[in-house]
Formats: sequence, C-alpha cells, structure tokens
Amino acid sequence: MLSRTAENLFWLARYVERAEYLARTIDATLRVTALPAAYVGKTNEWDSALLTAGVGASFYDHYEEANERNVIEYLSFSSENPSSIKNCIEAARLNSRSVRTALTSEMWDTINSAWIELQAVWNKGPANREELAKFLRFVQETSLRFDGSAYRTMLRNDAYWFSRLGVHLERADNTARILDVKYHMLLPEEEHVGGPLDYYQWTSILRSVSATTAYHWVYRETLKPWLIADLLILNDTLPRSLASCYSNLVRNLDQIGVAYGRQGASQRHARGIRNRLEHSNMDDIFQHGVHEFIQEFIADNSRLGEIITKQYLI
Amino acid sequence: MAVAFDEMNGLGEDLRPAYQELSRWLKETPPDALEYRRQEAELLFRRIGITFAVYGDAEAQERLIPFDVIPRIMSATEWTLLEKGLKQRVLALNMFLKDIYHGRDILRANVIPEDLIFQNPVFRPEMNGQDVPHDIYVHIAGIDIIRTDPDNFIVLEDNARTPSGVSYMLENREIMMRLFPDLFARHRVAPVERYPDELLSALRSVAPHSASAEPTVALMTPGVYNSAYYEHSFLADKLGIELVEGRDLIVKNDEVFMRTTEGLKRVDVIYRRVDDDFLDPLTFRPDSALGVPGLMSAYAAGNITLANAVGTGIADDKAIYSYMPDIVKFYLSEEPILKNVQTWRCREAQDLSYVLDNLADLVVKEVHGSGGYGMLIGPAATKATIEAFRDKLKREPEGFIAQPTLALSTCPTCTDKGLAPRHVDLRPFVLTGSSHTTIVPGGLTRVALKEGSLVVNSSQGGGTKDTWILSE
Repeated sequence: MLSRTAENLFWLARYVERAEYLARTIDATLRVTALPAAYVGKTNEWDSALLTAGVGASFYDHYEEANERNVIEYLSFSSENPSSIKNCIEAARLNSRSVRTALTSEMWDTINSAWIELQAVWNKGPANREELAKFLRFVQETSLRFDGSAYRTMLRNDAYWFSRLGVHLERADNTARILDVKYHMLLPEEEHVGGPLDYYQWTSILRSVSATTAYHWVYRETLKPWLIADLLILNDTLPRSLASCYSNLVRNLDQIGVAYGRQGASQRHARGIRNRLEHSNMDDIFQHGVHEFIQEFIADNSRLGEIITKQYLI
Repeated sequence: MAVAFDEMNGLGEDLRPAYQELSRWLKETPPDALEYRRQEAELLFRRIGITFAVYGDAEAQERLIPFDVIPRIMSATEWTLLEKGLKQRVLALNMFLKDIYHGRDILRANVIPEDLIFQNPVFRPEMNGQDVPHDIYVHIAGIDIIRTDPDNFIVLEDNARTPSGVSYMLENREIMMRLFPDLFARHRVAPVERYPDELLSALRSVAPHSASAEPTVALMTPGVYNSAYYEHSFLADKLGIELVEGRDLIVKNDEVFMRTTEGLKRVDVIYRRVDDDFLDPLTFRPDSALGVPGLMSAYAAGNITLANAVGTGIADDKAIYSYMPDIVKFYLSEEPILKNVQTWRCREAQDLSYVLDNLADLVVKEVHGSGGYGMLIGPAATKATIEAFRDKLKREPEGFIAQPTLALSTCPTCTDKGLAPRHVDLRPFVLTGSSHTTIVPGGLTRVALKEGSLVVNSSQGGGTKDTWILSE
C-alpha cells in the first residue's frame, strides 16, 4: 500500500484513540472535583488533567488559570489546542478523506457522522454539565463505534495492522502519561499514608482507563496502589495496560513483517520493550523508581513511533 | 425568449413516448412522497460524503450538489444518434491533437489560423513530436450537450482535459435505484455500472511498451482540498487502483514509482486529475507542490502514459471550439453529426462589431474561462454590467467569443411550487482505449434550479439528475 495511506491510517486511529482518552480524562476529573475537598485534598485536579493530556505548557499561553471552565474548553473545543477533542475529530476526518479507499464504509460513516454531529450539535460547545456529559459520551461512543467497525469490517491486511499500530501506540502513551502524573499516588503503602483522599484519586485513575470493574475482577481486593500500578503496567489481560498494548504492537508488527517477508528495526524495538515488560515485576519497578521507569517507557514508546514512520510511513 | 423545448412535453402538451411511464407514475405518486424521497436522498448524499468544494467560499467548504429526483429520460433511438455523434467528435479531437503536435496538416491547409495554436497558453510545445501510445490523447472526454429541439444535439463545450462529474452519474443511479425501485421496475433503463471497468480497461490498454503484462494504473489527485476530491477517491476505489498525490510519486531513471510500505513500485499509467500546469515543477509551474519533479522526462522517455495526455487543452479551448465542424470535416471527410452553437469570434473584426451591437441578446464567454465564471448573459444582465463588459471586450477582443442565448431544453424538476420545467444539459463520458471507443449509456444531467436560469454549473447553483437511456 501507499506509504501515505499507511501513515493516514496510523494517525487516524491515533486521533480517535486520543479523543476518547481526553473525554475519559475530563470525565474522571469532573467526578473527583465534584467530591468535597476533605475527600480529595487540595491539589488542582484540572492542572493534572492538563498534564496527563500532555498540554500543561501550551495551556498557559492561552489562559491564566487552570479551572474547570478553561481546562474543559481547552481540552475539548479549543481550536488553539492542536490535540483538543474537536481538533482530533477534525484531523481524523481529514485523514479519513485522504484514505477513503482504504476504509470500509462503516468506518467512514462513523467518522463522517461524528464530524457532522460535531459541526451541527457541538459547534458552540456544551451549555451545561448535562450537555457536557452527553458530549463526552458522544466522543467515547464514536471511538467505540470506530474501533468496532474496524474490527468487524476491515480485511486483515496491512491496512488493518497499521491502523491497530496507531491505536496501541497512542493507548500506551496515554496510560503511561496518567501513570506519570499520578505516580506518587501509586507508591507502596509504607511510603504513603492511605485514606479516603487517596481512595478517590485511585478510583479516578482507574476510571480514566476504564478499569474500575476490571480491578476488582482481577485482584478481588480493595484498592491498593501497587496493585493498581501492577494492573496498568504489567497485566496483559487489561486492554489499556502497557503490557497489553505491547503484546498487540509486537503481534501487529510481526504480521506486517510476515506479509512483507521482511523484519526490521520496528519489530526489534517493539519486541525489546515487550520483553522488558514481561520480565519486570512491581518490586523491581519500585526499586528502580516508578517515575524513572515510566519516563523511560514514554521515551521508548515515542521512539517506536519514529521507527515505524521511518520504516514504513515515509 | 420563446418557450423552450421540454424533454417530457415537447413544445406543447404532447407527452413524448420515453416519458409516458414516468408521467403515469407521477400522477399516482402524492407530491409529499416525492418531497420525502428528496430529503432521504439528501441525507444519503451527505452521509456518503459526496460533496464538492467551492473555492473562496469559507462558509461552505464542502457542499452538496442538489440532486433532483425526477430523472431525465432518453429513448434508445435518441441515444444511438448521440452516441454516433460523440464517437465521431472524439475521434476528430484525437486526430487533431496528433496533427497539431506532429505534422500540422490542418494549419498548412489554412483551416485554423496558426496564432490560435501557437499563441495559445494551453498549447504545449513540450509535446511537439512526442508520440503517445496508440495516438490517443483524450482517453476520457466529457462532451457537454444541449438541445433546443427534438431533432438536434448541440455541443456546448468539449472537455478534453480532466472532465469531472462521472461519480454523480454513478451515485445518482445508485441512489435512485434505492429510493425508487418500483419506478425502475416499470422501465428498462440501460445500466451505467460498468463504467469503472470500461475506464480501467481503456487505461490499461494504453500502457507504455516498457510496462509489464499487468500494468499498474494509479489515479493522481491534487489532494483533499480539490473541489473534485470526492470523485477522485470514489473512482480510485471503484477501479481498485491507488489514489496518489504528487508526493507519493518519485521519478528515477525516467521511470515513475510510488512510495509504498514495501518500497518503491513502478507505475505505468497515470489517470491524472491534475492540470498540466501542476504536473511537473521542472517543466511547468516551478512553484507547484502538487506535481512530481521529472514526470515530464519520464513521459518523454515513453515510460509512463498520462491520461489524458499533456496538451489536450488546445483541443477544447473555446477559441478552437468554433472550428470544430471544420476539424471534423478535415480529418474524417464526414459531416459532423453533432452541431455546434453558432459562435462569433470576437478576434475577427466583423464578428466583434456584431457582438458589440447585440450584447444584450448574446452570451459572451472568456476563451479561457470555465465553470460559468466570467461570462456575460446579455438578456439577464443589467445595463451597467453590459457596459462594463463592452469595455472589456474592446480592450481584449481576442479573449472572448459570443453565442446566441439558447433556449436550452427543459425537464420537469421538483421545486417549492411542485414540478416545474427547468433548463438542463447533458455531459456523457467518452472513453477511448487502444481498440475501441465506449460510451456508457447515460451521463451527467445538470439542471439550473433557478426559474429561467440557464447556468447549470454546480458552482453557480446548478443541480444534477439521473439520466436514463431506455433500452429498445
């Protein structure tokens, strides 16, 4: 396939995944900030929402204060923020138009309808909390529909694999960013005083990766920070964990390698990261430093994006 | 202006045979059912994303071309005549192009003044003496046809560069079949769906000698911001070929390759929807980022076929148009089957003075204009507009031609006030491959939706209709 087509599919999937993640982040932050201060402490949750979205710096070019109104506007509707939900959907549609021929009609319909709804219904942004909730649901449902239609309708060939690479690379980055911003909440018990305050923060982390129920199924325990870290980093059965993202990345890259009859730098690099995750346990990670571990992972992950681009997309 | 010939009702109330069944059906169908179908059609178009862009209109970057659900119908007899005329015309266009870029017999015979060719910006000296496979220059032609009476088809314009609109021919049919299955069951409408297959085989048949037995064809688009981008992606999809932009292509050793995830892959035929000017920054406009550096040198080396060929603009230029009947006679020694609209060449003193005296009754067009822009429709224009145009004409007479205001035929069309006659034209698409010329029975019928309007261009508020050719 054309390199540009592969590139567009890759980024299309990333934009959709990112839009969903931003919607989840806003949703989770709203829930925490709705609690009385006694339950959540004095940290500015909106600031950390900006950080997990990776736009902590650029936000202050446009706003004075990180409050609910400003942050929601910047993350969802701002045209100034290149990765606002609105811009993600618009970029996704533009990418879709460029690769119309590589998309199934179901996928195109999902993106095109979302874009039309964005213009028609959400042009001015939601008027109140209720509308905002509706909007966030709309974004998440768009992503689910897109993913579902890709899964159900695409031929299992390179077009599908490149699009999956986009999903998992973006997803790994998002999960890692939440961990990075909240890592101090996840240090082992003895280093941190637990209490209702942390409990709600932890729930919020799980919620932003839609893993609250999953946690209880996997561990059958009350919330424990190191278990949350274990779930999000090492547990291969949780679709948004780093380990799961890398199983998928390695598999999709292998499929491409087999189809093209050639392996390359991206296959090796992805396998390296996966092996590291496979052979780690939480004790080692804490010893090494959670923060350092995650920082390294984020760098490695974005390096994989560069290698894939060089090998296939340009 | 006299009452126009109506495709359904003729000149009076004599229902024409091809429309009998439609007329019965319309009587049985309540008007709100039509309106409901119309809305359904619009929704379908919007969802599929069949849009076009209007340049310089920020509000409406993507607009729908209004679709009218009442089909325009032609009998098999009418079509057979039209088809014959179109084949003759396109054959002459191709022979003319071969001659202009080679022996120039037609100039030596003084059929056409030389300066009309050599001073014409769409004449491409790069093509002098260059051979193209099977001497075909215009692989895809869109000939705009109008009627003023039941007996004659008149060519309004030849489109020999990158004619667009065929996606509407195909999509309009899809949507009509979905919305009006019963109406189809009551007619025998010739299918149009084989157009993509015909196009692909025509394109493959003109692959260069150096191509493999299975030549690779690609469709080249200027990109998503082009007004016809939807059509480009639609066709690439139907043809099962890659939709490439200039940046996807690279020229090495005078061969053209596309960049793929598995490395470079040779391309043999490019169905290009990019204008000559933007094809190759090394040969044409150096500021163009749409093209492929070196493409023209690969073309000269005979390693790539461009469809349509470079330099075909000289055949559909409005200044050349008025000579088309002579061109047909010169190459084929036949009488042209399709008529031309009477045309005054403002470059000729006698014609100019006639035009200046009769501006209020004429349509004046820029020789190099298109899309209905920059033209004067005398009967519809204000005095001031006419005077402004008069000055333009005097300053640069060679830039204009004039034609009488024709009473284009009308066809019943849905309007706010129920069915009413609206003026229509027709663009059939003529495909020429190495062995034969094909015209899929049908075309794009464009309709001027405003009452009395004669401008059918989509950029100026025109709509489209499905075009039915009935089988015997």
